Amino acid sequence: MTDSAKLIEVLGNVKDAIDANAEYLTDLDAAIGDSDHGINLARGFRKVAEDLPAMAGKDIGAILKKTGMDLVSTVGGSSGPLYGTAFMKAGASAAGKSEINTEDFLNMFSAAIGGVKMRGKSEEGEKTMLDAMGPALRAAEEAAAAGKSAKEMLEAAAEAAAEGAAFTKTIIATKGRAAYLGERSLGHVDPGAASFAVIMKTVAESY
Amino acid sequence: MVGLVLVSHIAKLAEGALELGLLMAPEVPAEAAGGTADGGPGTDYEKIAGAVERVSAKADGGVLVIADMGSSRMTAEMVLEDREGCQPEAVIADCPFVEGCVAAAVSAAAGEGLADVRRAAETALGRDCE
Ligand SMILES: [Mg+2]
Repeated sequence: MTDSAKLIEVLGNVKDAIDANAEYLTDLDAAIGDSDHGINLARGFRKVAEDLPAMAGKDIGAILKKTGMDLVSTVGGSSGPLYGTAFMKAGASAAGKSEINTEDFLNMFSAAIGGVKMRGKSEEGEKTMLDAMGPALRAAEEAAAAGKSAKEMLEAAAEAAAEGAAFTKTIIATKGRAAYLGERSLGHVDPGAASFAVIMKTVAESY
Repeated sequence: MVGLVLVSHIAKLAEGALELGLLMAPEVPAEAAGGTADGGPGTDYEKIAGAVERVSAKADGGVLVIADMGSSRMTAEMVLEDREGCQPEAVIADCPFVEGCVAAAVSAAAGEGLADVRRAAETALGRDCE
């Protein structure tokens, strides 16, 4: 499904997509947060992209671990430790592998979500990135079980992530800064769920 | 003695809470680690890790980390996980930022151990008006 060179290409595409969506994500965060999500993530992925050339030839686990560490050290907001932990857990799941198949991908994705839950002490339904991640993983698992191609699997995940992000509009935040808004968080998309949907869409479009 | 590290999104908030805490206990080894690397609002892993290392070098009883919320807390937890096994021990308190800092500083200055200092921080709220 993916080797190290392809992963480096995908991460470069994610950096471009986050850059292109930085204002949109920051606007979402302005409504129910502290107006920095897009700016923060763009800074993080710029650092990731800067370090990608030096990652050529490294295994997939090492590339993802470095990606996570870069995000932790440069993002500056909650998405730093959350996405950072997600990428590091995915990397640990793929340690030493120079190529992954769909089964590896599903295991990595599941480990990443476990990391976000652990780091954020959160579950789905709290209006966070998990509300996009959980449905995306389940859609990917279903597609894989149905024998779909890697691209079809990623497209299903991207669609479910977008639906999950849209769903966050209908629920009240009980985690993160937006939880202080209570019911006033209704009607707004969670910025973290939205950024994950952007990432997942970019990954799918890279295949 | 136990040392303290204060982590906040806002550099001035970490420095201010620590200033208040140390009024009653100036001898406690402590550092503030607030804001991003360029001083803006947010959290910086390296800043927190550096503060924990410097304080732990002066605090043979261990280090108590007090963080305000969100990324401060999560990033502080990552710093502590990454130095797990290092001596002296560093742990995070689940406490009100200002009152926890004052209670922890007083407890540390009295020579109490890390577990007691953490407990003091975590039971700090409302203590002065009970
Ligand atoms: Mg924010």
